Amino acid sequence: MNIASKADAIGLGERARRAARVAGEFADAVDREGRFPREGMEAVAAERLMGIQVPAVHGGEGATISEVAEVCAILGQACAATAMTYAMHQIQVASIAGFSGGSAWHAGFLKRLCDEQLLIASATSEAGIGGNLRNSVCAIETIGDTVRLEKDATVISYGANADAILVTSRAHADAAPSDQVSTLFLKDQYTLEHTRDWDTLGMRGTCSDGYVFRGEAPKEQVLPAPFAEIAAESMLAVSHLLWGALWYGIAADAVARAQGFVRAAAKRSPGTTPPGALRLAEASSLLQQVKGNVVAGLRQFEAAKGDADRLSAMSFAVAMNNVKVGVSQTILTIINHCLLINGIMGYKNGTPFSLGRHLRDAHSAQLMISNDRILGNTSTMLLVHKQDTSLIG
Amino acid sequence: MTTAEIIRDLVGKHGKLPVDVATLGDDSDLYTAGLSSFASVQLMLALEEQFDIEFPETMLKRATFASIRAIADAVDSIVRDQAAA
Repeated sequence: MNIASKADAIGLGERARRAARVAGEFADAVDREGRFPREGMEAVAAERLMGIQVPAVHGGEGATISEVAEVCAILGQACAATAMTYAMHQIQVASIAGFSGGSAWHAGFLKRLCDEQLLIASATSEAGIGGNLRNSVCAIETIGDTVRLEKDATVISYGANADAILVTSRAHADAAPSDQVSTLFLKDQYTLEHTRDWDTLGMRGTCSDGYVFRGEAPKEQVLPAPFAEIAAESMLAVSHLLWGALWYGIAADAVARAQGFVRAAAKRSPGTTPPGALRLAEASSLLQQVKGNVVAGLRQFEAAKGDADRLSAMSFAVAMNNVKVGVSQTILTIINHCLLINGIMGYKNGTPFSLGRHLRDAHSAQLMISNDRILGNTSTMLLVHKQDTSLIG
Repeated sequence: MTTAEIIRDLVGKHGKLPVDVATLGDDSDLYTAGLSSFASVQLMLALEEQFDIEFPETMLKRATFASIRAIADAVDSIVRDQAAA
């Protein structure tokens, strides 16, 4: 890393921490009221973090996936809903920046995104596809230079608050369910008819309500690359890595709260080791595993970046799946350890040691793309994939 | 039967395509035709069994299974390498 890029990285971290301080102030209210993390996302936009991943030629900062992941981890320590909204937005930015193949319209949009700090949502889930985003029922219809689409989207996270939505569909009326394209619709080009409420255990602020999406736009807004390619080479890996980063953030804050509890106990009775101290050491070891897992995944992604063969290789997909499953399971163990350490003070809401929100938010991790589905997918690949047994690779 | 014909037969049996394999050309995109990642693995296993070969890790990527011709090229190159070894 040269000095200039290191300075940029420090700048991003500082901006993310400032935004996180605002997001953290409202995290409990966002959770309690199940509302959009407005203050947190406004602070993120005020720090001009929405477009950091966009290449400099299109008005962004050309931040790497690791730098974006660091922002997610910092936000995740303060407000998981803000962090998840930000991560999902960045997943869409990666798809558009990476797969618009010289499309002037998309280049212009990315410039606008940076200038106006726009928020992009995603509509992949659909009634009737059984949770498999690589299938669509709806098909985009081309009439002259215009495309039209109606989709029964079971979930569009922060759909009501987005400035644009990237929507998957079959490529045309006769296309197979897996022959999909992604189209970016701007807010004034679609309507959302609310169909399903998001009243959940955790991640309440992502407001992942269901809608019937109806949109019409110039056909140049369809991404030129097939969705199959976008999913295999970018979306799945970027999702697992950025989610992993913010899940790490949730667990890291839980460990910080447990450490605060143990230290307070140690100060009260000098010379004796507080009962939670050993468990804290164990939680710290588990947290390091999670961090190592995410960081190794980020390095692997960056090493493969721009190489379609490496990104679509089975070994890469297995590795990314393993990051997702491993991190999503381990953070629950970590936060549970922290809850045992903090006891009733952790179980109660509104104390400096409260962990209810962390635990509830963290429970979403194994469900958003079900771990069972991912394990099933990995187990299929393991029928032919030969594992790399080297340590350093 | 040529390699391509045998492969076409196996794609029909294991590819779980929503369309008849006879309607596809040797260069038709199998993913566009509806080949899923699960079916591509089943197809791979069938190919390994049929040709008594093992796909090396470097070939386990999307492009290898993009069309009947791509699969045939991959199978031919593995068979050649195994004969040379």
